[in-house]
Amino acid sequence: MGLTFKDETFRDDFTYTNSPQNIRRFPFPFIEDQYRYSVNIEPHTPGPKGSPFEFPFDIDEHYVSEMRDRALVLEADPLRCQALPHMMTAQWDMLELVMTSLARDYPEHFTLHRDGSAWHWINRPLGIDQKFTFLDASTLPFEPMEYIGRQVQGDFSIQDQRDNQLWMDAGIITSQADWSLDFDVGMNFFEWHGPVPLAHEAGVFERALKFLLNLQIGKPVRRLNWTMTINPRLDTSPENFHKWGRDRMTVTPENIGKKLHLRVEMQGLFRLPRSNAILFSIRGYLMSLEQIVTVPKWGRRLPRVLRSLPPELVEYKSLGRFREMAIDYLSKYDDGAPTSPGGGPD
Amino acid sequence: MSGNILRRVRVAEVEPVANRIKRFRFVDIDNAPLSEFSGGSHISVVMHSGDRLMRNPYSLMGSPTDTSSYQISVLNVDPSRGGSRFMHENVKVGSELEIGQPLNLFPPAKLAKKHVFVAGGIGITPFMAMMNELDGLHADFELHYGVRSLEDGAYCKYLQSRYGSRVNVYRQDLGQLIPLETVLSSQRLGTHMYVCGPKPMIDWALQAARLLGWPDENVHSEQFSAPPPGKPFVVKLARSGRDIVVSGHQSILEALEENGIDAPFLCRGGACGQCQTEVLACDGFIEHNDHYLTEPEKVSGKKIMICMSRIPTGSITLDL
Repeated sequence: MGLTFKDETFRDDFTYTNSPQNIRRFPFPFIEDQYRYSVNIEPHTPGPKGSPFEFPFDIDEHYVSEMRDRALVLEADPLRCQALPHMMTAQWDMLELVMTSLARDYPEHFTLHRDGSAWHWINRPLGIDQKFTFLDASTLPFEPMEYIGRQVQGDFSIQDQRDNQLWMDAGIITSQADWSLDFDVGMNFFEWHGPVPLAHEAGVFERALKFLLNLQIGKPVRRLNWTMTINPRLDTSPENFHKWGRDRMTVTPENIGKKLHLRVEMQGLFRLPRSNAILFSIRGYLMSLEQIVTVPKWGRRLPRVLRSLPPELVEYKSLGRFREMAIDYLSKYDDGAPTSPGGGPD
Repeated sequence: MSGNILRRVRVAEVEPVANRIKRFRFVDIDNAPLSEFSGGSHISVVMHSGDRLMRNPYSLMGSPTDTSSYQISVLNVDPSRGGSRFMHENVKVGSELEIGQPLNLFPPAKLAKKHVFVAGGIGITPFMAMMNELDGLHADFELHYGVRSLEDGAYCKYLQSRYGSRVNVYRQDLGQLIPLETVLSSQRLGTHMYVCGPKPMIDWALQAARLLGWPDENVHSEQFSAPPPGKPFVVKLARSGRDIVVSGHQSILEALEENGIDAPFLCRGGACGQCQTEVLACDGFIEHNDHYLTEPEKVSGKKIMICMSRIPTGSITLDL
């Protein structure tokens, strides 16, 4: 494996960057030069070795620093982590799924010993050694979702399933693209998707909900979503808009390569067995334009995709101010050559 | 694409538990742990009887936290389409079968203040797992269980000894009926009612709840009926141009599978919606036997749930 965890920041001096190896494993979401809206759900089955799709929960070089940033967010605003009382079984489901996955997939970093309900969890990168009783929340320093959520990259929400609907009744959300758990908690699938343009007319959400209501144990699915963020900031929440909103005024043609980041979310959906709830993982990846163009295929494709975006999406993804500037910057790297199908580097 | 992940299991135990009812316990073929499940879940059991392939859904009735084995109970239905008779006559200790992953279309409502279970006969099975789960969560529940006689009703003694006065058994042979009106009119707000049993009983319970002003959201039912038989007819597949004959005792889905056609399905009981198929043309009316399509959808004749529904005769053209 040989993961070396970087010491970096996602605020103030923004020292976050991707190492050359990490650039190549970035889940570049555009599989062709033309932008097409699609739900693009596929089975979350093991992908190529070393890719972010290899395991259900991807751990990379940013792990330790991301967990530090999450702790800072939670310290400043505990409401980023909320669970309604009936979600306790689902919280344990999540803890079990994450712990067993990480211990199996990254044995050099995580170990889980289970003897009946006596569990022993070792997280070496974060220096955690915890013995606890499974299903007894009093034996952990936090409730189960928060406990494990502080130790795994990505935001998580847990959806209860009842009345043929999904209800966002729990979550730990500290690195979101401008949405709020505190606002959405308790909402149903149609309510929290309200702001998404275009898809409602296409009946996409009715079909997606029907699909998810029948999501099976052991058959998780995933999709990629994307947006753009100024600076490698994880916490772009509505609650902190006063801190990051003004970043948008600082972008110039000279610094856009460093400042503008493509933010890709690998979203996973898992049926949780004990609670019949659905775990939604939102694993975010950030990469600056200047790092993206180090992969020639992506340097060619990204300006073409940005040119083909429908206006509603330009607005929804908050690109209005920078789309032209980004295209100008990126076009230098597009020599007009054809690109190969799929998102991966050549 | 379609259906379940299948896993091979071995039958570890077969026990007659009442007239025409046997309990089966399955363990993983390699003794690997099975998935946990939530109360109300069912599995499909794949049966190869001669050249016939059957997949019947059965509720899981054991403890949801027991990952060492799954338990189901099977009533030998008379007349059987073959599934329950196969289970009773051909499946012994040591037999190997394939099962799907647990799927829950009948979950207890997590926000309920109280749960009232109404069971008839073999309809007790999903409630066994639900009560097990809710008991562990110290939730408030009661069971009203109608049986023909103590010889016909499975698990009466077990349930009474485990859950005491929360279990009420009504014996038809003594002229006892579930006093549904009294039961439903004496519940506090926030109570949810669940009914599982023969169709007339479900209809009766749903109607009683409606007449007493229960909100639809608080009333839940599950019925695993076999696809009703009929006369043979022809399914025309528009995309492949193939014609498939559906025999009188088969469902459309079963006929497609027998012909090697991969069609989507999950519950095979007309409840989950997975096998919904577009109808392009049809002789006469569709006999809709599912619980999924809305009445307007059924009347439109544009959609069919191929696991349960059929046509009286002639042919139907599907977008497959």
